[in-house]
Amino acid sequence: MWFDYLIYILLAIGVFFNILGGFGLLRFPDVYTRLHAGTKCTTFGSIFITGSVIILGLKMWYLGSTDGSILAIHTAGALVAILLTNPTGAHAIARAAHKSGVKPVGAVVDSLQTKSLKHNVNKKIIETKKMEEEK
Amino acid sequence: MIAFIITTILCFITYLILTTGSGTVGLWSIEEILLGLILSLIAGFVTRNVFIKKDLRMLNPIRWLIFVGYVVGPFFIGMAKANFDVAYRVITGKINPGIVKISPNLKTDLGITLLANSITLTPGTLSVDIDEETNDLYIHWINVKENTLKGDFVDCKYICGSFDKWIRRIAE
Repeated sequence: MWFDYLIYILLAIGVFFNILGGFGLLRFPDVYTRLHAGTKCTTFGSIFITGSVIILGLKMWYLGSTDGSILAIHTAGALVAILLTNPTGAHAIARAAHKSGVKPVGAVVDSLQTKSLKHNVNKKIIETKKMEEEK
Repeated sequence: MIAFIITTILCFITYLILTTGSGTVGLWSIEEILLGLILSLIAGFVTRNVFIKKDLRMLNPIRWLIFVGYVVGPFFIGMAKANFDVAYRVITGKINPGIVKISPNLKTDLGITLLANSITLTPGTLSVDIDEETNDLYIHWINVKENTLKGDFVDCKYICGSFDKWIRRIAE
């Protein structure tokens, strides 16, 4: 019986954090700050939701159904996949956004911009050298 | 050869986990075990040089124990803090963003991957890019404390907390 209450509580916490992630997506000004809300909140919320499903599976197993153990193990696998891929995807999106020239809104410092500027200057120097050699 | 054996065993274990409860030999059916063995032999042969480069230091089980301790302890606490931090900023709208550079002095690929993922999931920071020669990370920081800036660099302790020490114990 108390298992059910535990499942409800975990589901409520998970849904709360996922809703928070949605609000963050609407309220923040640019792609980087939106990614903050989109990765942290959804990962943390999903931990609690998968936790509640695992507890449900263990309860079914305890009551004598073998499907419960399969449910619990597969959900744990999904949790590991979420924990690995969510930050990696956010990193890929942020890097692609910066490379295609999206500036962070209201940024105090932007070290990465100086890096890409240096990179472009180096590229131009190399290109001009090549042109001169060809001449 | 040893890389091939380790990759095959890991593939086989993953296959067995995914097909739990299919039959009567233990928890698996005999067909699933045979098919899993053949598939993991093929996968182990193809990816043996991709999965394990040179060093075999991750075979040490103590490193895995430290890793589990790290995920359950400081990492989970950092993630909980991050969510309340984001909640506070969603409600009040107070942000002071910027992209800063840190140099964590980690040498292995695994270590830098773990650190970048940990940083993304912890308070107010998101890893954007990496300098592949020096392993410096570029971090989008949602609330830049301007007195910590030294030129381009920021001291690692303001962003990683104790993570870099844990990861040095795990991966180096």
